[in-house]
Amino acid sequence: MTNLPRRTVLTGALASPVLLTRAARAATPLKIGFVYVAPIGDAGWTYQHELGRRALQAKLGDKVKTSYVENVSEGADAERVIRQMAADGNGLIFTTSFGFMNPTIKVAHAFPKTKFEHCTGYKRAVNVATYSARFYQGRFLAGLVAGHMSKSGVIGYVAAFPIPEVVQGINATLLGARKANPKATIKVVWTSSWFDPGKERAAADTLISQGADVLTHHTDSPAVVQAGEEKGVWTLGYDSDMSKYGPKTCLTATTMIWDQYYIKRAGMVLDGTWKSTDTWGGIGDGMIKMAPLNKAVPAAVAKELDIATRAIASGRFKPFFGPVLNQAGKVAIPAGQALTDKQILSMNWFAQGVEGKI
Amino acid sequence: MAEGVLILSIVVATLRAATPLLLAGLGELVAERSGVLNLGVEGMMLMGAAAGFAVRALSGNAVLGLMAAMLAGTAMAAVFALLTLRLLANQVATGLALTIFGIGLSALTGLPWAGVPAPGLAATIWPGLAHAPPALQQVLLLDPLVWVAFACVFAVDWFLRRTRAGLALRAVGESAEVAHALGTKVLRIRLAAVLFGGAMAGLAGADLSLAYTPMWAENMTAGRGWIALALVVFATWKPWRLVAGALLFGFVTIAQFQAEAFGLSLSPDLLATLPYLATIVVLVLISRDSTRLRLAAPAALGKPFRPTD
Repeated sequence: MTNLPRRTVLTGALASPVLLTRAARAATPLKIGFVYVAPIGDAGWTYQHELGRRALQAKLGDKVKTSYVENVSEGADAERVIRQMAADGNGLIFTTSFGFMNPTIKVAHAFPKTKFEHCTGYKRAVNVATYSARFYQGRFLAGLVAGHMSKSGVIGYVAAFPIPEVVQGINATLLGARKANPKATIKVVWTSSWFDPGKERAAADTLISQGADVLTHHTDSPAVVQAGEEKGVWTLGYDSDMSKYGPKTCLTATTMIWDQYYIKRAGMVLDGTWKSTDTWGGIGDGMIKMAPLNKAVPAAVAKELDIATRAIASGRFKPFFGPVLNQAGKVAIPAGQALTDKQILSMNWFAQGVEGKI
Repeated sequence: MAEGVLILSIVVATLRAATPLLLAGLGELVAERSGVLNLGVEGMMLMGAAAGFAVRALSGNAVLGLMAAMLAGTAMAAVFALLTLRLLANQVATGLALTIFGIGLSALTGLPWAGVPAPGLAATIWPGLAHAPPALQQVLLLDPLVWVAFACVFAVDWFLRRTRAGLALRAVGESAEVAHALGTKVLRIRLAAVLFGGAMAGLAGADLSLAYTPMWAENMTAGRGWIALALVVFATWKPWRLVAGALLFGFVTIAQFQAEAFGLSLSPDLLATLPYLATIVVLVLISRDSTRLRLAAPAALGKPFRPTD
């Protein structure tokens, strides 16, 4: 594993020339920096971005020179790291966590010639683009599998914070599960932390004790998948393929693949066509991919999943399609209508069948 | 029957959540009774978690992993002891530094083990688990460290109240000068107490990385070292009250999840604050009588001792 500790990156930054002439720029490789919010590990949100970086480096070879700084906290430290990267002469910088939004905008203002790409944010500038993935599409498909595999019809959901991104995932999982079993319900518990393996574990055990027989999570450790494996309960992974933590019980996982996006955007900087854009890619764009199915999933279910995947990829089917009622029994999505992107991005209601409170 | 299973699972979950707090808290309690305040519990726990997991993964032996965890915690405590007992550094500052050091060092040394899956401790110790009746399975799935933790409470309580060495340790914590004048080896006793605290914190870390969630991830203790420190005050430096505190804290955490899973219509943010609210309420209750709290606290807590003869 190529692992650059932060110190190495920063020392490199100090040593290298800040200003490059246009000619020098053409001759030397394009420097691309990545800012990660967590340690890379070998599963999870940051790991997926690292896979994207490696794919980019492998594809563009000598033309680019990538580097990263991992475990950057979302505060004052982030601005320092991003600024350092820009000063180091990186022509393109990817900042891969929501909390890097304001620091990215701030540094971008000071470095107008550097291109920035911020993941999951909504603030853009002439030299700041944003990108994210339609995680909910994968959640819907995972829910479909869960609906088929669950005997009790109760899906347990260990979630961190009630923000729209998490709420979308919960509703999409329910709608997917209800395609297979119209009586399926979801029990939600909140850990109030993105990363606390002990709490995630306790939450998973609680959901199992209350009758959930498929578990999933929107937190950053594989503790829920582990709990399922130990107690013989199905699980759905998130971010990365987590099947090694649950070889017998992990059914599939919603994974994020940034490879193609990173290669495309770096290519655009190289040939001078880069523009500030807002990308929200899904299964059709290859940004969301389901991890290989567990052998326990019947062939008929696998086939249905395949059909649904293609329908979503082509845009023929939209997961948030009415009629859908909210918890109070009122119409949340009218019959025959799909939610607009704006409505999805600001989702703050639970569908009927979700037990839990936002 | 269904209620029985549910209650049993709540009891089991509470015990599991309380165990790391109890182990770490007990070690810190002994150190504080000898007059040494070591705020480095979180750092020692993380080193224990990392070392325990690494050795277990390398050797395949869970017991070796536990021993390595205790050794790692002890080594961290030895650094603390050298600085505070020998070089008379400020205990609060040194303890904080120890935590920050432990977070960084464990992340560095644990790097190769991040994301390596491992079987749970219970599963390795009870091989026939799959064939046991479900209720018994639940109980057996309790990691053995739960029982170790309770045995340690018995032992520490007995040691502190019933043995000569325990009396000497308490005397050192009350007044190092008086104990010294009476011929007690103050620094030697404090060293032993601090090292014991380190070993227990290491074991608490291993409980997380080997039993509770068998994996290594950076910063996986997620603040439990600090909660253990608070519980020692909560327990007014008495081992059995520490059990009550750890169980209460564990139970309120589990109760929050249970209430949410039941679909109780309460704000999740409010529920998440419950364990901390409970701690504050009990701290208010016990400190109502300030003289009693002052009497319970070791009088020489945090005060360095330089032997003069």
